[in-house]
Amino acid sequence: MISRIQVEDLAIRRGERMLFEHLGFTVEPGEAVALVGRNGAGKTSLLRAVAGLLRPAAGTVRFAGVQDAAEARASDLHLIGHLDGLKGGRTAREELAFAAGWCGADAAGLTRAAEALDLGRLLDLEVRKLSAGQRRRVGLARLVAAPRTLWVLDEPLAPLDTVWRERVGQLIADHLAGGGMLLAAVHDPLPVPARAVEVGG
Amino acid sequence: MSPLLVLLRRELALAWGRGGGPLPALAFYAGVTTLLPLAIGPEPDRLAVIAPGIAWLALALASLLSLERLFERDYEDGAMDLLALGGPALEAVCAVKALSQWLATGLPLALAAPVAALMLGAPLSLAPVILVCALVGGLAFAFVGGLGAALALGSRRGGLLIAVIVLPLFAPPVIFGGGALSQAASGLGGTSGLALLCAWAAAAVALSPVAMAAACRNALD
Repeated sequence: MISRIQVEDLAIRRGERMLFEHLGFTVEPGEAVALVGRNGAGKTSLLRAVAGLLRPAAGTVRFAGVQDAAEARASDLHLIGHLDGLKGGRTAREELAFAAGWCGADAAGLTRAAEALDLGRLLDLEVRKLSAGQRRRVGLARLVAAPRTLWVLDEPLAPLDTVWRERVGQLIADHLAGGGMLLAAVHDPLPVPARAVEVGG
Repeated sequence: MSPLLVLLRRELALAWGRGGGPLPALAFYAGVTTLLPLAIGPEPDRLAVIAPGIAWLALALASLLSLERLFERDYEDGAMDLLALGGPALEAVCAVKALSQWLATGLPLALAAPVAALMLGAPLSLAPVILVCALVGGLAFAFVGGLGAALALGSRRGGLLIAVIVLPLFAPPVIFGGGALSQAASGLGGTSGLALLCAWAAAAVALSPVAMAAACRNALD
């Protein structure tokens, strides 16, 4: 299990442009870190670098408590980007079953997720018929279906209404209380106590 | 259920859900093989000679049809992140995608190939060779085609790029299969051409997932 994340002296370059350099922070168990910064500062790129999808120009992302970083990312990290990866033509149930099954969730996990995000009525609808907030809830459901230590979320609350911001905030609080970690790019403050890290100055 | 099995089921459902699975490729295939006699004249003797070759070539071209969406869809809607981060290696993900492409279009086309060749007047004795060539060759086309689709990720004219990348790699199996068919037609059995075709398919299945995965990683980076 990932017991700590340490980002050291990280630099990310996209094309010709250096987004940021010399960025360092840590995430401890039970801690939420909110990445803040203007649009295009490199928050999403930083999240993708932590998830291992993007090669940083310099610096390292270390996971403490695991043998192999790639394996830890595959088994103990959830990345939910601003694109939700849901196929419009399939039902929410099919898409959730795939995403959760791919992450190793079982039937009990699916039921738990559907309850936590109140998806009951939505599951039989095609994803394209859902509103942005409903889509986001389907996307977030795999966090509950397949419990993992590190949540890496890109603007997780953006399309949600106030009620759901609060309820997802509660999910995050429960996750942190259980020793989980959260790394999120945000513009609005997170509904849980979080340490802010400024990206791209 | 194993994640790769979950993925295979989803890929097959996606292939069927939008675009009707093998139907566009089959329609194209039927179009080529039924229009051909109208274009070159209906003399049975002439048709019978070229029937196996036409059935084989049309199959190669028809397998190009639905390649563009194989990786592009997942890349554009963000599902590729999930696949790249999963437990199974990205190489295995790509192999499953190519395999699903074969199951969804290659296999139905392979079943249609002997029928089309017989309709054009090929002798019945050739049907088994045509079927085997189409099955094995279809596997090579799916994996090599998947490589083209992965390399074209993120480019604007993906379909064109796929064709340009893939056509040179389609040439050897087309030659080997065509050789097997003409050997079989002249009573030589066709095993040497078939062996070469199998070798090409085996190489494509073994090597192209590595290249597909590298191309996907590059597109995600």
